[in-house]
Amino acid sequence: MGLPGAIIFTGFYFVPFIANLRYSLTRWDRITEPEFVGFRNFVNLLTNDDLFYKVLGNNLRFTFLVVLFQTLFSLIFAIFLVKNTKTNIALRTLFFFPTILSSVSVGMIWLFMYDPNFGAINLFFTRLGLEGFALNWLGSESSALYAITFTQVWFHTGQMMVIYIAGLQQIPQELYEAAEMDGASRWQQFRNVTWPMSIPTTIVVMAYTTIQSFRAFDLIFAMTQGGPNNSSNIFAVLIYQTVFSELRIGYAATQSIFFIIVLVFVTLLQRKFLNSRYEK
Amino acid sequence: MIYKVSRIVALLVFSILIIIPSLIVVFGSTKTDSEVYNKPLALPEKWSLDNFRFLFEVSNVGRSFLNSVIVTGFSVTITLILASMCAFAISRMITVTGRVLFSLFAVGLAIPGQVNLVPIFILFNDLQLTNKLSGLVLINIVTTLPISVFILTAFFRELPKEMYEVSEVDGATPLRVYRSIALPLSRPAMGATAIFLFVITWNELLFPLLLITDNDKRTLPLSLLSFRGEFFSNYSMIFTAVMVASIPMVVMYLLMQRSFIAGLTAGAVKG
Repeated sequence: MGLPGAIIFTGFYFVPFIANLRYSLTRWDRITEPEFVGFRNFVNLLTNDDLFYKVLGNNLRFTFLVVLFQTLFSLIFAIFLVKNTKTNIALRTLFFFPTILSSVSVGMIWLFMYDPNFGAINLFFTRLGLEGFALNWLGSESSALYAITFTQVWFHTGQMMVIYIAGLQQIPQELYEAAEMDGASRWQQFRNVTWPMSIPTTIVVMAYTTIQSFRAFDLIFAMTQGGPNNSSNIFAVLIYQTVFSELRIGYAATQSIFFIIVLVFVTLLQRKFLNSRYEK
Repeated sequence: MIYKVSRIVALLVFSILIIIPSLIVVFGSTKTDSEVYNKPLALPEKWSLDNFRFLFEVSNVGRSFLNSVIVTGFSVTITLILASMCAFAISRMITVTGRVLFSLFAVGLAIPGQVNLVPIFILFNDLQLTNKLSGLVLINIVTTLPISVFILTAFFRELPKEMYEVSEVDGATPLRVYRSIALPLSRPAMGATAIFLFVITWNELLFPLLLITDNDKRTLPLSLLSFRGEFFSNYSMIFTAVMVASIPMVVMYLLMQRSFIAGLTAGAVKG
């Protein structure tokens, strides 16, 4: 019964993945025949490629910030909206709304919001008399990655909030009642009941957000294509550019292999960190 | 007190951050370009659908819309059929086959599409599947199969075993058990998975970008991206195109909020 799915998946996803390992050992522009170069691509990438390290740094920074803020905000909003009142349900529907849009649409909307001359963000700051904050958000090397980070968090916080709400509603009400009887403040209730009880959900949210941020190709491609000067470039976009702008198939294959190594490494590190918290 | 005030402030700020960009887009699609730039937040001076008419005239957004409908329709349907068959096999076969099948998709789940971009581009070129809607359907099926199998397997495992055993005693073949028992019982899970697949397939950019160069074969996200180049920074047109790409999704979301939210978080929880 599972055979048709398994065959299609193996043929069109798994076999290519293995073929990728072979491509990584070649120099190939798709015009001439591939030339076998051994591990030269790997050596080049590690010892002689500043762009690779820049993109690695961007990718790690982007993932770290998105995971941090998306988890934090989704937990806060989940706590605020956990009760099933009419207003809360309406607000949940509103906060979840960006999730259903396409990354390209979201990219276009925020391109306008960040527009240095007409965008709503700068309009807001100048009206408040804070001209110093009216920057060329996506056009400057120092802010582009952070502007996209903000958009990514705006995009998916609602989705993670819904997962947190489901988790929070599983916490037995008696725990809060007991805490209140002991005279625990709201903060103490959060520290001693909500937070420890929601760690399993936090693990799910953080793992999902990590993968989501590594995959943020669409949004970055729509907003800056990795620019200016690669300041907002991440692995997925870099690989695409190596294939299509530089026609270096073998090198792009090598970059993909590092992409998956970094992704696996980050995921394992995170899991180890969170599991140690969980067991305490 | 501090809690109440900060709660209201936070909820208000995030609401504004979602409502204002949405209004800019909705209003912007009915305004002229200079109106968008000079008064992005004001109500349009006169509501008109001229932008939509113009967009459909000068671009082939209509064709892209149709392509998106075709690609999404076929991708979602075929993925659901294949995934439910795999999930059924995994949950019913405690033998080695079931476990192998499960591991195959588990490993697949760990490999994001971006990592596989190079070899898929080459394979699809070799097989001449580029610039074809069928090629897009195929790649959508392959990239969404693992997550769908996971969501559905989790569901099939929760179905009571007795249901299956009784019918097997009666001599029903596995295919018959799948069709007459597993499928009808799994309607809610299939619905949630369908919505999940629908949203990610409709919005997919990476593989269309990789495999489609022909104008007539573009899907909506790809068209939207190209408008940015064509209309440069003519935002009233870009917003009109954003509206065209988003309206089907928004209408469905408003009609079936609960199922949408359930579907789009099932992928995260089960994955």
